[in-house]
Amino acid sequence: MVIASAPAALRVVHLRKAYSSKLALDDLSFQVMPGEIVGLLGPNGAGKTTTINMILGLLEPSAGTIHIDEFDLSRQRAQALERTNFAAVYATLPGNLTVAENLMFFGLLYGVQGLRTRIDAMLEEFDLVALRNTRCGLLSSGEQTRAALAKALLNRPRLLLLDEPTASLDPSAAQLIRDKIRTLASTGRCGILWTSHNMHEVESVCDRVLFLSHGKVLLEGDPRTLAGAHGDASLEDLFIRVTRQS
Amino acid sequence: MKIRPIYGVVLRQLYLLRGSPVRVFPMVTWVAIDIVLWGFITRYLNSVSASGVNFVPTLLGGVLLWDFSTRIMQGVSTAFLEDVWSRNFLNLFASPLSVTEYITGLVITSVLTGGLGLAVMLVLATGIFHLQFFTVGAPLAAFLLVLFVFGISLGIVASAIVLRLGPASEWLLWPLPALLSPFAAVFYPLAVLPPWMQWVAHALPPSYVFEGMRGLLAGGSFPRAPLIEGAILAAVQLIIAGAVYARVYRRAVRSGLLARYSAEGAA
Repeated sequence: MVIASAPAALRVVHLRKAYSSKLALDDLSFQVMPGEIVGLLGPNGAGKTTTINMILGLLEPSAGTIHIDEFDLSRQRAQALERTNFAAVYATLPGNLTVAENLMFFGLLYGVQGLRTRIDAMLEEFDLVALRNTRCGLLSSGEQTRAALAKALLNRPRLLLLDEPTASLDPSAAQLIRDKIRTLASTGRCGILWTSHNMHEVESVCDRVLFLSHGKVLLEGDPRTLAGAHGDASLEDLFIRVTRQS
Repeated sequence: MKIRPIYGVVLRQLYLLRGSPVRVFPMVTWVAIDIVLWGFITRYLNSVSASGVNFVPTLLGGVLLWDFSTRIMQGVSTAFLEDVWSRNFLNLFASPLSVTEYITGLVITSVLTGGLGLAVMLVLATGIFHLQFFTVGAPLAAFLLVLFVFGISLGIVASAIVLRLGPASEWLLWPLPALLSPFAAVFYPLAVLPPWMQWVAHALPPSYVFEGMRGLLAGGSFPRAPLIEGAILAAVQLIIAGAVYARVYRRAVRSGLLARYSAEGAA
């Protein structure tokens, strides 16, 4: 349920990142509305992770602005990031802390109110109650993903960034995660930016996709109609064709 | 600066200690070995020296104070390295936690771990070797404060080095106190050092502490002027250390190093 009248969960304007000899992002502009799931697609090196790192404040843009729930990330970093969270396959929770300890640690960093109650709710929500005292390093891939998602939703984010959240999951676990994310979006509180290389997943989950190549948006639209509009049978065919042409 | 994120950084370290009590072992073992080793050396020197000088307060007291400063430095840098080892930078720095809050959390952690080491040293030095440490009186608090601030500064700079040069540069961090110890004049007066070493020593706050302590033990008055000088120097160095870390962090955010840090850690 996209809330079009509410302020954007994420507003990226003329974002640019240049390294000494390489342009990683070139004048990228888009927004994510509350309740909307936007897919960020593109081949390896297209600029997806660069974009996510900049939205998380881990990488400084060369130019452009990022607003999260109307807070300017460069000038109001703490307020902007209090309203953001993320889960990524390459950013697992510290393996030497238990699931509950990790949630307590990150809950304090994010200033979550009623933290103990919220942790219990997240453990319940992601079927982690029996694992609350298990060190994260001992969890299976699926359990680690659930723990990372519990951390990502701990602060009730207005903007959720998910970088290939189902990459290491079996089809059943991936389906459960997709359902949870769709349910979250349906509340209309949270905008979600989702990267994935699984085009079937993108079609089933995302309301809109942005196709990046060489740091620019090449295509944008509804993932269920975009392929047909460009003469391709499926989103995967479109992805392959555009990647090879660009 | 908010209290809860700082508490989170400290709590995380306490969780690590609770989950793996063996981490306490190096906090107390090395300082205990130092005190026992130097305790017997001083006892032996007292027995063979005809000078009548009591080596216990000068040598054992020096070891105790220097180890305290070293433990504080390692407390900061080890807490920082825990985030390097567990590849936690992305989760940590993508949160609202500010650099100041993070550093403050590391410092509080080092107070707890350094305090534990100090307590062990005091128990051994006074219990076994009869070091009358507290007879030094009020200057002791000033000595400890200067060494504490110096240890914090060194820990922050060491963490900045690892952040700037990557996880593999961790090995640069451990020998730092040993490299500085000849200049700190822990066991001998500054006057025995060659002029160029004295010049370096004057830039290190511990040299003022140990010089002042030796003067006091030799029956001199409270070394007010050198202690104030050492304290000012330590405060200035703390500000510089904070600025260095902030600058290295900003550079890491600008260049993308922070985002790549976990991947480089795997290399």
